[in-house]
Amino acid sequence: MDTTIALLNGFSVALEPSKLLFCLVGVFLGTAVGVLPGIGPALTVALLLPVTFKLDPAGSLIMFAGIYYGGMYGGSTTAILLNAPGESASMATALEGSKMAKAGRGGPALATAAIGSFVAGLIATIGLTFLAPWLVEVAIKFGPWDYFALMIVAFVTVSATFGDSPLRGLTSLFIGITLGLVGIDKLTGQARLTFGVPELLNGIEVTTLAVGLFAVGEALFVASKRFRDPEEIVPIKGSLWMSKQDWKRSWAPWLRGTAFGFPIGALPAGGAEVPTFLSYSTEKKLCKYPEEFGKGAIEGVAGPEAANNAAAAGVLVPLLTLGLPTSATAAIMLAGFQQYGLNPGPLLFAEKPDLVWGLIASLFIANVMLVILNLPLIGLWVKLLAVPQPWLYAGILVFATMGTLAVNPSPVELGLLFLFGYLGYLMRRYDYPVAPMVVGLILGPMAEAQLRRALQISLGDPMILLENPISATLLTLAFIALVAPFVMKGLNRFKAAED
Amino acid sequence: MTNDTPARGADRPALVVGLLLLAVAGVVYYDASQQTITSNYGVGPTAMPYVACVGLVILGLAHLVVAFRDGLPKPEAADGGALLWIVGGLVGLIACIALGAGFTIATTILFACTARGFGRRALAVDGAIGFVLGLAIFLVFAKLLTLLLPAGPLERLFL
Repeated sequence: MDTTIALLNGFSVALEPSKLLFCLVGVFLGTAVGVLPGIGPALTVALLLPVTFKLDPAGSLIMFAGIYYGGMYGGSTTAILLNAPGESASMATALEGSKMAKAGRGGPALATAAIGSFVAGLIATIGLTFLAPWLVEVAIKFGPWDYFALMIVAFVTVSATFGDSPLRGLTSLFIGITLGLVGIDKLTGQARLTFGVPELLNGIEVTTLAVGLFAVGEALFVASKRFRDPEEIVPIKGSLWMSKQDWKRSWAPWLRGTAFGFPIGALPAGGAEVPTFLSYSTEKKLCKYPEEFGKGAIEGVAGPEAANNAAAAGVLVPLLTLGLPTSATAAIMLAGFQQYGLNPGPLLFAEKPDLVWGLIASLFIANVMLVILNLPLIGLWVKLLAVPQPWLYAGILVFATMGTLAVNPSPVELGLLFLFGYLGYLMRRYDYPVAPMVVGLILGPMAEAQLRRALQISLGDPMILLENPISATLLTLAFIALVAPFVMKGLNRFKAAED
Repeated sequence: MTNDTPARGADRPALVVGLLLLAVAGVVYYDASQQTITSNYGVGPTAMPYVACVGLVILGLAHLVVAFRDGLPKPEAADGGALLWIVGGLVGLIACIALGAGFTIATTILFACTARGFGRRALAVDGAIGFVLGLAIFLVFAKLLTLLLPAGPLERLFL
């Protein structure tokens, strides 16, 4: 019952006119930037983070949430009309969605994606609402050792278990952890890996790394292979609306997609990619018209897109209740909290209930706004897709440098941005995942702090990690998740089966 | 993936990554060994660098092993000219900011060079777009968000 009251209080915050405006702006910006090809929600939030630098915390967090959800919606439009998924989570959507668009059924594809996202977003946000307070109760009892173990689980699942190559994922993670060491050690004041450069004393900004890897790296990568066949926008022909049969074929995949997306997103198991592919292969098996798969089956859009959005809401559960980001986007959202000196976790629920519940309530509102905004404005979003590529990427780079300069106007910071961009380009070229690096940068120092706190309490005895049941279990899970892909390489066979 | 690997021994990219990781591990180790502040309780600020160091060494060695087996995925040929234009634009931008020429001029250079890198051949037009975009962003930040982006002689005219 407390939860309901808290949520109602949250709505009273989120429904203030100024907050509604923030939400609307966030949703709009998020969709607009998310529609642009090659830009997923992670980059969308990273690019727009500096804009909110000086605004009031509650308002801008609500705006982030809007950007986050909007970016997910926008991404599906790109995936369907351009066959250019901005991030791995909309890859499954692109498989069937682009085929539907080519067959002249782009409208229903967009509609089932939008409505499916709405249904999934709504159910998953309800899940978040009722799971979060319960998890907060549990999290209060967590010791530093438990947090440390949780972070190890997140490290392993984000980098090793679900990528194509655990070696490349772990390499990316460890570079991120190493970058996280740069700067002044918070407990002792010792400067680490700063090489006498004063600008490095504050450590490496998450936004600089993320924008460098995602925006600059992506621009360089696209430019380097621009002679390959250009992607074509498929114009939307026929009706935008779904036929009766479309509805009949969509509702069950929406619900199943949600059932995959939310729990997997809420576990520290990293991101939305896995549930979307699980949902895709499930729909393929259950579909009454299996021959349509590969030619544009609506189930193949409805399911993964619902899974995608449900996972996005699920990722917020560990982020808000434990302060544990399990995807690149969540890591950047955490940076967004931190720029206001807020640390998500059980304490935030106790200290700033208005803010947390206002944020959760705004997720419901963002969802409603998106479904209302998205379909009527589809013509506008399609126009955005027609921006010539040279201007698009030139603009992205201008925005990227703008963000970096707004946070820290120094040539050193720009140099870092540029270095990370080149690194991001090389990583894309040799198929290294970039997300583990961002997660490593932000979680590395947190894991270190928790470990040191744990060892201070135990007077330096590392057995404390194994003597506590929760941390011991989590560490065992992490170990299994780390070793499993090496032991049985068939673990990601469901991914291989789609190709 | 391995079919087109000629039997000439090591895969160069994997070898380079492996050696670079080992080099980074060396730097981390050296930096940690030079630290002077220690902690009285538990572990001090050097512990985590050593952990990272061990991880990097293991991954570096694993890359060396990979170099003599499958190697890294073979990338497509890259368009070096396009990359050079964009890198040039970014270097120009950093130079502008470092020398105090201001955000607008820096943006103009970056926008024009990037568009050129993506194959457009209208430097003057693109420069003009970059100029307007840069100035607009500067003014929005300065007036609406009260955040001052790097200002040069040009920007001071508007402040």
